[in-house]
Parts: sequence; structure tokens; C-alpha cells
Amino acid sequence: MCGIAGLIHRGKSSNVGSELQLMLQALKHRGPDSTGYALYAENDGQNFIMRFKVGENVGEGSTSINEDPSVYDKRRKMVDQMLSELGAKVIKEDRLTPYSFRYEMQFNDDLMEFSKKIESIESVEILSIGKSLELIKDLGDAEAVSKRYGLADVKGTHAIGHARMATESGVDIKSAHPFWGYPFSDVSVVHNGQLTNYWNNRRVLENKGMRFMSECDSELIAVYLAEKMRNGATLEEGMKDSLSGLDGVFTYFVATKDSLGMAKDTMAAKPLVLYESDDLVAMGSEEIAIRSILPQEIDTYDPFDGEVKVWQI
Amino acid sequence: MANLKTTEKKTKAQSMGMHTEVLTGKTQQKFFNPDEAENFYYWGTYDVDFNKRTDLDVKDLDCKQANRKIDELMSQGYGTIVIKNPQGKHSLGVGILNKLNLIFEGSLGYFGVGSIDGPMVRVNGRVGWSCAENMMAGKVVIEKNAGSCFGAAIRGGDLICKGSVGARTGIDQKGGTIIIGGDAGAFTGFMMQRGRIVILGDVGINLGDSMYDGTIYVGGKIGSFGSDAVESPMTKSDIDWLKRKLKVAEIGDNFDVSKMTKVVAGKKLWNYDALEPTEKKGAI
Repeated sequence: MCGIAGLIHRGKSSNVGSELQLMLQALKHRGPDSTGYALYAENDGQNFIMRFKVGENVGEGSTSINEDPSVYDKRRKMVDQMLSELGAKVIKEDRLTPYSFRYEMQFNDDLMEFSKKIESIESVEILSIGKSLELIKDLGDAEAVSKRYGLADVKGTHAIGHARMATESGVDIKSAHPFWGYPFSDVSVVHNGQLTNYWNNRRVLENKGMRFMSECDSELIAVYLAEKMRNGATLEEGMKDSLSGLDGVFTYFVATKDSLGMAKDTMAAKPLVLYESDDLVAMGSEEIAIRSILPQEIDTYDPFDGEVKVWQI
Repeated sequence: MANLKTTEKKTKAQSMGMHTEVLTGKTQQKFFNPDEAENFYYWGTYDVDFNKRTDLDVKDLDCKQANRKIDELMSQGYGTIVIKNPQGKHSLGVGILNKLNLIFEGSLGYFGVGSIDGPMVRVNGRVGWSCAENMMAGKVVIEKNAGSCFGAAIRGGDLICKGSVGARTGIDQKGGTIIIGGDAGAFTGFMMQRGRIVILGDVGINLGDSMYDGTIYVGGKIGSFGSDAVESPMTKSDIDWLKRKLKVAEIGDNFDVSKMTKVVAGKKLWNYDALEPTEKKGAI
């Protein structure tokens, strides 16, 4: 089933970490396996933030294989060495869990080649690269993940998130949402639904040099949009193309450094409730997600089939 | 065990090897005998007094607790219940089988007022997916918008949304009337079997797809007709009925119903007998 939520404050920052946590926690019944946040935080915008993992969370109902934790250190050292070889200067590094890291770094070259090199190290996956994007995903509900990664105080302009019920791929971090729009800085995607032309699209996109890290159909949306933008399309154009290019049922959100968008398939098979005002847009799979941050009576609506909307901060 | 016998007259479907037996034994349907009215008990219903009114704040209640509380109030004879702070909670006001004035001061989540048989409901907000699903009788008025599957499989009663509704409104509708003041999404009237849907605004693609029967009236533009949905001429009785119904529904003042488009089933898909043999095998 899965639940998705998103919000964008226009013209101001807010405590998006705690707001998204409330929204996702309200949707816990739609997806208790894992929770993910893509927070567009108040960073200085000078350096890249790279979030990556060197292994999986093997607790909490995970379908991943147990590994000796000592391999995490070994892989991290290999990442550090690769960063040095690629000319990336690490300004700050945080180890958030035994298997996940946040690096603040300076880098001025091609992100695609950079990512390929880093991810050539066994079991290393870049969760996101961006100057404001902080992408966090792990097993457990919204409160558990927020507490584990200290998200309650993160301030920013916008955010999207996902509560996942694993159906066609494993209970693991690599299949959890959001997905980074590799190799674009600050692009993330969350999806509720099922794509039926995943393998056909994946083969085509892989032949064009795009990378997939999981076998989760939702990852296709991030890669699909990234490939469109790589060829010069705007985000909105890419999203409109996706209505015919992606087959199946879907409602998805995509966020960039300064915008947030939603798209709904032509059968309107997946739910979405939307609240729009001059200074805030909030949306979720169910109204209770919006009510968790706006308890007062408000006007909400369901976008129609085949609808694409994009908002700027 | 049911009494089975072989039929003599074969339909096109039967001649292809589909079912060749019919059920002739007693069904499980029970009939009400008016002479035994004093012994008749409709489980879960109450005699209520419309003049006995109370408020119920459900802010800190979950849907089960809220519904139990409504039940308890009805058992005490309250006939007008005002629900405060529903805040988009799911499944509120479901399964009410007696007369009642039920007013929601706010919005409902999914499956609001489903399987009801008689109450008059007013929602001064929006409703989520599958509002009034399986409604059998009564009247439900939504002041704002509604989500998808509005009035799914309703059997009777009047279901009115003054705003716009999502996709698949009236899916599997088996009776009653659905009236929409605004626009409706894709697949409105999908597999509709009986009853009427009235949409004053525009409607999305695949209107009336695979409908068996029933009538859909559209005031605005139609995205596209679904499989086996066809336009039919408006008659005087259609116009008279629409005028009466909209007046009762307190919606669409001065709306020119004579210009509405009437959509019915072409009945070419009916019981699949019109399908070509190869298609039928695929369907089976």
C-alpha cells in the first residue's frame, strides 16, 4: 500500500523535520516496514552533502543478510580513499549508524562519474548528493527513524517522505524510499503504486548509462526523470512525459532544491489529498497526514487523473 | 444442499461450455411478514427522537471509540448528533441502520458513513475515498469535495456532493442517486448496474465504462465515453425528474437541465454474451 507525504513552505523556512515526521507517523498503517525522509534543509549551500551507506540494517524484520560489522569500517576506508583519489575534500563527517554516514564535502567535477566510482565499492550506496537535500531512510516507523537520525530539529523549506509496505522487493534500506534522482544534485522521489513496465524501461535506461541500485519499481521514476532532465527537459516536462512513459498505477512526488511536484496516473488509482494556500502546500495519501500538522478545518481536494503540479519555494 | 437441475434452453454462453446448471433450491433470503411485525427485530437499530440533540467531540477518540459512542447515544434516544473535530478520521458514522440526523462539523477520511440504512447525514467539510459505500437508504450531503469511489456500490438513497469528486464515482452502483455539483474524475459510473448519477460539471475519461444499466446525466464536458456507454436522448420525464431532484438536493439553482447529456449502457457487453468466442475465453 505505502503512504507518501510532502510539504513546501513558500517564502520561509520551518521545522520540516518534525512536520514530516508527524505526517508520516499518521500514515504508519499504510507502510510499517521502512520510512524515508528527503528534507531540503537550511544548509549554507556551499558544500555538497553526501549521505551514503556501507551496509544494511539487519534488525527490525530486515530481509538483508547478516554481515560482520567490521566490514563497514573496511568499506568506509575504501570510500575515503576513493574520495581522495577523485579530488573531493571532506569538510565534515558523521557516522549516524554503524552502516550510514553523512559527509560534507567540496567537489567540482561530474557527479555521475563520481557516483559510479564510489558505488563501485562493494555494498556502498549513495543515498543522496545535494547542497540542501538530506535524504534519510531506514527500517522502522517515522518516529523511530527520526529519533535514530536526529531529524526532529531539521529546519528547511520543503520535504517529501514515504512510509513503505514492502510488496515486491525486500525489507531493506536500498528498496526504501525516497530515491535520489541520480546523478542530479538535490533531486528526490517518493512513490505510491506499482509500475508494470519497470523492466522494459530499466533495460533502456541502463543502456543509456543510468544506474539502478535496487529492484524496487519506484526507483524507475527517479531514474526516468533524471534521464529526461539530463537531456534538457524541465522537471515539469519530465513529469508530464512520465504519465505516458510509465505504465501502471502511481501517485508520486518529486522534489528539487527549490521546487516540489506531484503526478497522478491517468486512472487515478492511487490516493492523494492536497491542501494549498499562499504560504504552504501540504499533501499526503490520506487527509489525516495533513491534519497532523493542520488540525483546524481547511479546504482540501483530490487532484484528478493525469494531473501534474509543480510548486516553487 | 442446493437442488440442481439441468436447463433445457441454452444461452450462447452455456453453449460454449459455461455453466449448465441453475440453482432452484431455497435461497437464504428471508421475507418479512407484516403480521409478525411485533416479533420483528432489526438488530442494531434504535428509536430516536430528532428533537433530542447532543454534541460529540471525537478529537481524542479513534474511529472505533467514536462509532461506539454514536451507537451509545442513539441507544439513549438521541436523534440529532453533531460530531465535532472529525479531523479526517476514517470510517466514522458507518453502519447506522435507523433514522438519525448526523452532522459532521469538519472533514472525514476514508469510508465515511458506509453501509448506512436511513440516516440523514451532513458533512460540513470534505470526505475521503469511498464515502457512503454500500449505502442502502437515507440522504448524505457533502458541503465540500469528495475523494475517489464516492458512493461505491450504493443500493439506494441520495448521495450529494456540492463540490468536485475524484475518480470512479458510483463504481458498481446498484441503485439510488448520486448528485455532484462540481466536476467528476475518470471512470465515473464504472460497472454501474442501476440507479442514477447526475454531474453538473465536467467529467473525466471513460465515463460509464462497462456499465450494465442505470443512467448518467452530465452538465459539462465529457472526457471520453467508456466501453459500451452511449448517449441517449433526453426526454421530458428526464428533465422533470432532474428538476425535482436538484431542488430536493438544494443544488444547481437555475441550472438548465435540458442541456445535459444523458448516458446509458449500450448493453453490448451485457453478460459477456456479445463477446467473440476468443475474447470470451480470455475473459474466463
